[in-house]
Amino acid sequence: MTDLRYEAPATADAAIALLAKATGTTRILAGGTDVLVQLHADMIEPELVVDIKRIPGLNGISREAGGWRFGATATGIELMDHEGFSKAWPGIIDGVKLIGSMQVKGRATVAGNLCNASPAADSVPPLMSSGVIATVVGPNGKRDIPVSDVCTGPGKTSLAKGEIVTSFFVPDAPPHSGSAYLRFTPRTEMDIAVVGVSVNITLDASGTCTAATMALGAVAEKPILVPDAAKALVGTKVDEAALDKLAAVASAACRPIDDKRGTKIFRIKVAGVLAKRTAAIALQRAKGGAK
Amino acid sequence: MGRPPSPFGTMIKYEPKALHVIGGKPTDRPDAIDKVTGRARYAADINLPGQLFGKVLRSPHAHANILSIDVSAAEKLPGVKAVVTRDDFPDMEVEYAASGELMINFKDVTRNMMAREKVLYDGHPVAAVAATSEAIAKKALKLIKVEYEVLPHVINVVEAMQPGAPVLHDDMFTRGVEPKPEKPSNVALRMTSKLGDVEAGFKKADVIIEREYNTAATHQGYIEPHASVAHYTDGGVAEVWTATQGHFVFRAQIAKLLKMDISKVKVTPCELGGGFGGKNNVYLEPLAVKLSQKSRRPVKMVMTRDEVFRASGPTSGTNVKVKMGATKDGKITAAFAEMNYQAGAFAGSSLGLAAITVFTRYDLENVLVVGHDVVCNRPKVAAYRAPGAPMIAFGVEGVVDELAEALKIDPIEFRLRNAAKEGTQTHFGPKLARIGYIETLERAKQLDHLKIPLGPNQGRGVATGFWFTLGMETSATININEDGTASVIFGTVDVTGGMRSAFSMIVAEELGITADKVRAIPSDTSVLGFNFMTAGSRGTTAGSMAVVKATRNAIARMCEIAARKWGVDQDQVVFENGHCRPAGSNVGDFEPLSVPALAKEASYYGGTIAGHAEINVVNQGPGFGTHVVDVEVDRQTGAVKVLRYSIVQDAGKAVFPDFVKGQWHGAAAQGIGMALNEEYLYNDKGQMINAGFLDYRIPVASDLPYLHAEIVEVPNPNHPYGVRGVGEVPIIPPIAAIANAIYDATGVRVYEQPFSPPRILAALDAVAPKMAAE
Amino acid sequence: MARHHVNCTINGDHVDYLCDTSQSLLDVLRDELELTGTKEGCATGDCGACSVIVDGVLVCSCLAMGAEMNGKSIETVEGMASGNELHPLQRHFIDKIALQCGICTPGLLMASRKLLERNPDPSEEEIRFWLAGNLCRCTGYNNIVDAVKAAAAEMRGA
Repeated sequence: MTDLRYEAPATADAAIALLAKATGTTRILAGGTDVLVQLHADMIEPELVVDIKRIPGLNGISREAGGWRFGATATGIELMDHEGFSKAWPGIIDGVKLIGSMQVKGRATVAGNLCNASPAADSVPPLMSSGVIATVVGPNGKRDIPVSDVCTGPGKTSLAKGEIVTSFFVPDAPPHSGSAYLRFTPRTEMDIAVVGVSVNITLDASGTCTAATMALGAVAEKPILVPDAAKALVGTKVDEAALDKLAAVASAACRPIDDKRGTKIFRIKVAGVLAKRTAAIALQRAKGGAK
Repeated sequence: MGRPPSPFGTMIKYEPKALHVIGGKPTDRPDAIDKVTGRARYAADINLPGQLFGKVLRSPHAHANILSIDVSAAEKLPGVKAVVTRDDFPDMEVEYAASGELMINFKDVTRNMMAREKVLYDGHPVAAVAATSEAIAKKALKLIKVEYEVLPHVINVVEAMQPGAPVLHDDMFTRGVEPKPEKPSNVALRMTSKLGDVEAGFKKADVIIEREYNTAATHQGYIEPHASVAHYTDGGVAEVWTATQGHFVFRAQIAKLLKMDISKVKVTPCELGGGFGGKNNVYLEPLAVKLSQKSRRPVKMVMTRDEVFRASGPTSGTNVKVKMGATKDGKITAAFAEMNYQAGAFAGSSLGLAAITVFTRYDLENVLVVGHDVVCNRPKVAAYRAPGAPMIAFGVEGVVDELAEALKIDPIEFRLRNAAKEGTQTHFGPKLARIGYIETLERAKQLDHLKIPLGPNQGRGVATGFWFTLGMETSATININEDGTASVIFGTVDVTGGMRSAFSMIVAEELGITADKVRAIPSDTSVLGFNFMTAGSRGTTAGSMAVVKATRNAIARMCEIAARKWGVDQDQVVFENGHCRPAGSNVGDFEPLSVPALAKEASYYGGTIAGHAEINVVNQGPGFGTHVVDVEVDRQTGAVKVLRYSIVQDAGKAVFPDFVKGQWHGAAAQGIGMALNEEYLYNDKGQMINAGFLDYRIPVASDLPYLHAEIVEVPNPNHPYGVRGVGEVPIIPPIAAIANAIYDATGVRVYEQPFSPPRILAALDAVAPKMAAE
Repeated sequence: MARHHVNCTINGDHVDYLCDTSQSLLDVLRDELELTGTKEGCATGDCGACSVIVDGVLVCSCLAMGAEMNGKSIETVEGMASGNELHPLQRHFIDKIALQCGICTPGLLMASRKLLERNPDPSEEEIRFWLAGNLCRCTGYNNIVDAVKAAAAEMRGA
């Protein structure tokens, strides 16, 4: 056990420099709701923890041209409480609301949920199906990448050494769009998704689907986009037949494992069930319904 | 359970009378204010000057021989003050003792607290360290080198019973089998219990149902991890502050395991953060004392949640076969059960208790119960609220539901036709005294719950439960203070805080004063004679018997003071409504003396007023309950939602009714948790893979409906106020009631607990094609 | 091992302490400052027994580092009553028998207090979902729901 160092730099550059210089394992401390669990259980023995919460500019939720931007240290509760954002992106909020208890959401961040790289992270499928872009800063400068390119496997990301996610850009959806996320867990709360499904739907004025995206969680080594979702829904009124097709597409996209939280068979079947239910909510929202 | 009840035991017959305090609400709860302000002291809140932190090194293997243990590097680490292993503890002979509701064997207890020849489960202690900080202690654990020879392991109870299964103990030859088996096995005990002739009984039956059930091991899930602080003085005395349900029993076990005199061990029970039977056994205590002795410093040890799950006692997982037959008019003619119960790494499951409860709701002529106590590579089971009973009730109440259905009789009506009552002969010995089972069924029929219509995919289930009430050694002392207030010191651990209220109320009732003038104080082991632990629903029932006896001693003393003051014989004084009065008008015209007045006079007339009782309570009255549940099943995901839940139970007499209901809510919630999601999960190496509150899923607030509780009162004939044990019965019916409700909702019977979504979905999908074809 | 020197406010009092990086806020409260009212049930954020309020936000103190607390304002159960005057939630928890063993109570009180700050009139469902992060094994939650409702009514002046 090495002596663990804690640093709380005041700038992103300083944080990057610290991370880049470190020789051993490092962890970024945003909400800390995963890092402290891993430390407590001796699952990780990092030499350095870099607290990014004191860096100005990494927090907050704001409008900018063509969309919303929120920072890497914005907590779940900050997002849920933000009237404008939560009204615009109910699907993302569906996911955020499910990241642990109120206590956990008071600390946990979407950036942390993403970079912890759990296949079952609840906020990640809605970010993916909503086309959210992560802004990444590192020793070699800044780059914007789709959230769907960040997680590469359980606990693994495409970020290079010294890189940190600093914010997310959520591009505005066209009119008549709706999004939703549902997960299945044995308990109503305080649980890890056995299956998570996010669906975004855009309709034209007549109610015909013009665009659809779907992302799944907990059914593969990472959250996955399901491109065939568009084939199932686009051009339809998102009727029962289209929803059945979507369910089949969702189940077909699963490549799950048997583990303590669920079986393969269960995950594959329930992915389809949830795809239908999620799409129904997204459709309702696209039509301007309350839920 | 060892010897039959003592003929020298104490029992006070029911004394019907008008009550002023009992059955109401106390003006305060003595324990509660400190609990809401954060000042109540639990074991982990105790800190002593110079204290060290102790940590335990645990086996990562389910089954292995220990070839060597090298602690030299750990001992050299700066800050490490003591290390202990098996070599620091004396070996123990086979010797049985009661510990809570289960029996223990000291040969096993010493091996469970610290492995000797072998490790027998993932989490089994191998060494312990005391250091100046927790971080150093953890670092030291990593420096201990243990060489293991890994052996094949067995987790499942049925597999453990098979010939050729890995044998945990070479010296285990099944008891209860004649002649003694030639080979050792994992079956520690085979027991049978019978009444009448089951074969003849089944011949009379028009319908016979025979089913097999499996249940998973579940944990008590108390929120407070085990914690102990030990201080071994230079004078050779061990002082221990700990999380326990029985400080006197712990004292005896610590003394035995460390070869100390009992007089040199003092145990103080701290405020207890939940036990439910799981804090009936020593785990950390002997290790902390030994580390303190070696380091000459106080040592504090606190388990992590992971350790609690891996190494403290869950309940038995089981495999059970139940066969029952009934005539067309709904009379049960015969009942058979085979019960295979996991004991964990050492013999001693809850089998014996389960065997008592199996059919004891029904008035039966022909019963056969066969049971096996089976060891396997899991932590040693501990008691868990009505130990062993919920699992066998799942089977029996399920078969009863199927019989009722086959005979087209309402399930409550079917039970009424077969209900146990006063005089019912049990298969295990005694005849039942006055009980309230029928009254709970009749009350359940009146529930508004039953009138609520069910929607699609919703179903309703009924199940019932029985649990006895333990007596055992119980002591109490009461002091009437100089101002006439009373202090009552009791020796059962107040596991929920309710005992302090109940005892205050009972003493107030006896003394004719208000409950706020009585302070009930939990004792340490130095101020009272031996008390058995808070187990078997005995805390308030047996505890109050000692409290009543002690109070009546003090009342006799007050009558003596009045007699001396008045210059009359003591038998010419009576105590009524809080006053000593002349027994009749012929005694003389004396002003009645109140308790405060008597207290004031006590010194002159002979000294302080006190009373005490040290008794062995016997013949406690059992409790019965009937539960009704509504569920909704999501046919596409297998999720089961509990919509409504009603608990009806005979409390005998509820001393503090709101608190009694609170216990029932909690017990039912635990049973619902067992039914829906709770289970121990293992990987193929025999390691537990859900040792935390995230994946061992106890119910959260949003999982449960509002739980409705109704108290029925059929006084216990063997208690002065008619009180019955109340805490355990309500965990028994939920698994069965929910299984029966799932059937009502879906048409599918489930025979394996928990009823987790993947299992329910698979069961629904398995019959879906068949149903479609029909 | 260098220890961190942290200045913060706890229940309105200025406090400074030294801690290791490995110590959580919960460890600091219990082991360094002897504020043992905040309980440890799991140390992994799954039981809520260690709930405290940091800068107005309800958190699990086991999931925050002691080293992070410079300049923060921390509220624990010890600061809930004003002198000898119990907070309405504390009173109603006692009155409704919302506690038995009491180990989960400090966390539940902190969580309930935050709920009522945000929502003075929560429904049963809102209470149950807000408190889902606080495990209680004794009560089955019924009486906790009742106590929160009763306290809410009193605090609203209803």
